[in-house]
Amino acid sequence: MIDSVEWRPDRAAEIIAGHAGTEGAALPILHDLQAEFGHVPAEAVPLLAEALNLSRADIHGVVSFYHDFRDHPPGRHLLHLCRAEACQSVGGDALAEHARARLGAGWGQTSTDGALTLEPIFCLGLCACAPAAMLDGQVIGRLDQARLDAIIDEARAR
Amino acid sequence: MTVARFYVPADAGALAVGADAVAGALAAAASARGVAIELVRTGSRGLYWLEPMVELATPAGRVAFGPVTAADAASVLDAALGQPGASPLFLGATEAIAYLARQTRLTFARCGIVDPLSLEQYRAAGGYRGLERALTLGPAATVEEVVASGLRGRGGAGFPTGIKWRTVAAAPGDRKYIVCNADEGDSGTFADRMLMEGDPFVLIEGMTIAAFAVGATKGYIYTRSEYPHAIATMRRAITIARAACCLGPDALGAGRGFELEVRVGAGAYVCGEETAMLESIEGKRGIVRAKPPLPAHKGLFGQPTVINNLVSLASVPIILADGATQYRDLGMGRSRGTMPIQLAGNLRYPGLFEAAFGLTLGDLVEDIGGGTRSGRKLRAVQVGGPLGAYFPPALFDTPFDYEAFTAADGLIGHGGVVGFDDSVDMARQARFAMEFCAIESCGKCTPCRIGSTRGAEVIDRIIAGRNVAANIALVEDLCATMKFGSLCALGGFTPYPVLSAIRHFPEDFTRMSEAAAAE
Repeated sequence: MIDSVEWRPDRAAEIIAGHAGTEGAALPILHDLQAEFGHVPAEAVPLLAEALNLSRADIHGVVSFYHDFRDHPPGRHLLHLCRAEACQSVGGDALAEHARARLGAGWGQTSTDGALTLEPIFCLGLCACAPAAMLDGQVIGRLDQARLDAIIDEARAR
Repeated sequence: MTVARFYVPADAGALAVGADAVAGALAAAASARGVAIELVRTGSRGLYWLEPMVELATPAGRVAFGPVTAADAASVLDAALGQPGASPLFLGATEAIAYLARQTRLTFARCGIVDPLSLEQYRAAGGYRGLERALTLGPAATVEEVVASGLRGRGGAGFPTGIKWRTVAAAPGDRKYIVCNADEGDSGTFADRMLMEGDPFVLIEGMTIAAFAVGATKGYIYTRSEYPHAIATMRRAITIARAACCLGPDALGAGRGFELEVRVGAGAYVCGEETAMLESIEGKRGIVRAKPPLPAHKGLFGQPTVINNLVSLASVPIILADGATQYRDLGMGRSRGTMPIQLAGNLRYPGLFEAAFGLTLGDLVEDIGGGTRSGRKLRAVQVGGPLGAYFPPALFDTPFDYEAFTAADGLIGHGGVVGFDDSVDMARQARFAMEFCAIESCGKCTPCRIGSTRGAEVIDRIIAGRNVAANIALVEDLCATMKFGSLCALGGFTPYPVLSAIRHFPEDFTRMSEAAAAE
């Protein structure tokens, strides 16, 4: 389960203040904001700009550059499927197609029941036990279709 | 009283195949039998087809069982308490397993053996001997020792590490930085992850030696958000090292301090490029900088900066401890020392194999890697990640060496070797290379930003069988533009997988047009 809370400007300000004195603090702050709120809300951008003495455009540029940062909350669960070559060599593409078909969701999208968001990932470093995936931060190796189906069913039930 | 000590990896690769469940089942089986066992969580030995691999301490050394599932735990425990060899999963003495016995483990000497967060075990297994010797030698002689070892950048560029250090040591600056490139984004590579999870203190020691050698006061380990376990272990190791005064205001003795921080990327492959990495640490978009100025002169926050690959930095302690000569005597040609080669993808025995340079690609994938996991014919091997060339069996005699791979129009990169069986469609792999470049391009230079998208479109036309000969010529021309016109290796090396696929597997590019002609 993705553990996140509703947007609260005072909590965001606390997180930002926690990084006072950090050199080049933008990424650490953005990671912490996303960990707290499940995404980086647009409302956070001016707060960050103010704290780091940068323009809102600068901060927007940073947020939008990195694949990790989402501008909207994910589903109840987050499934990262590796799409890189080592996983391709042992059937990763077929698993990805299967997941997309079963969820009715493309890359970066959430199934209509809100259960699961499907994200592509380019390498989890689990290439010696491919195909690899990560569900809510838990790593999964030697993934096959039966296991993938079980993951999807469980995510929908919880 | 403890009757047996077991070692179960907590490496992400082992966790991904159920190591936690195995550890839990072993503990439960022991308590059901009323016996006390000790469970030590280690890194991985790197024999991933045997993970989860459980080891047992015996008077004659460790013995191994694998691959163990949670359901096997009780029977493994029973065997361990009686006759270990009676278990069908018994592998014998760990060190005698051929895959390990054939390796030369220098950088990975402790990985999978020690408790990664025990500074005591790190020292007992030879840790901090390198720093001690460096402090005796002095900064300049430490730099020269690294130069003499012949160590070259293990990220793939192959630039001599010691020369980089010499440049930073001589550069004037208010403060200097050590940046560890642990942004291991290449598919097929996991050496950095394994080491951060299995022996984090060796990296801390290597960076501390670098700081001493060049006069730096602060270090950053830039790694990937895709590596949550490595990040957690590395951060805990830094806290432990600081508490033991191995980091902090007196890390180098005589009031000379060194601080270390882990920085986490955010899913951008291009941040593995050194200048994009510096931008990212500074809190900016990961846009590649034009060189010069070199990072050694004007790097992080405009200050002189050593930026080395994790494996390079983690190889420094053993070089200092045992002397440059021992390291330099291994290897071939201008590739000295050892390289942790990572065998991955469709191979029967995937894992980490640290060996002196010079093994052939065929030795690695057929002999050590055991051919394909699927049992089909091994058709292509990609070496060096998404920017590395695809090799056909005809080139399996290529020795693993920086120059030999360059001569074969490839690169060794970070040492990742990915096997593909004969079900692979090389035109699709070439298309993927372009697609990946398009997704990950930072956008600063045109050949990479636009070339990659146009490249994927042209390969789509080839796959569809439209004007194949003309479109192949167009892709080759585009690749020349990308290779010579891009600012960094992302756009500059994407042609390697594309052109090698066209050159060595031409039949995959002409299949559709021949089918159309036959109709």
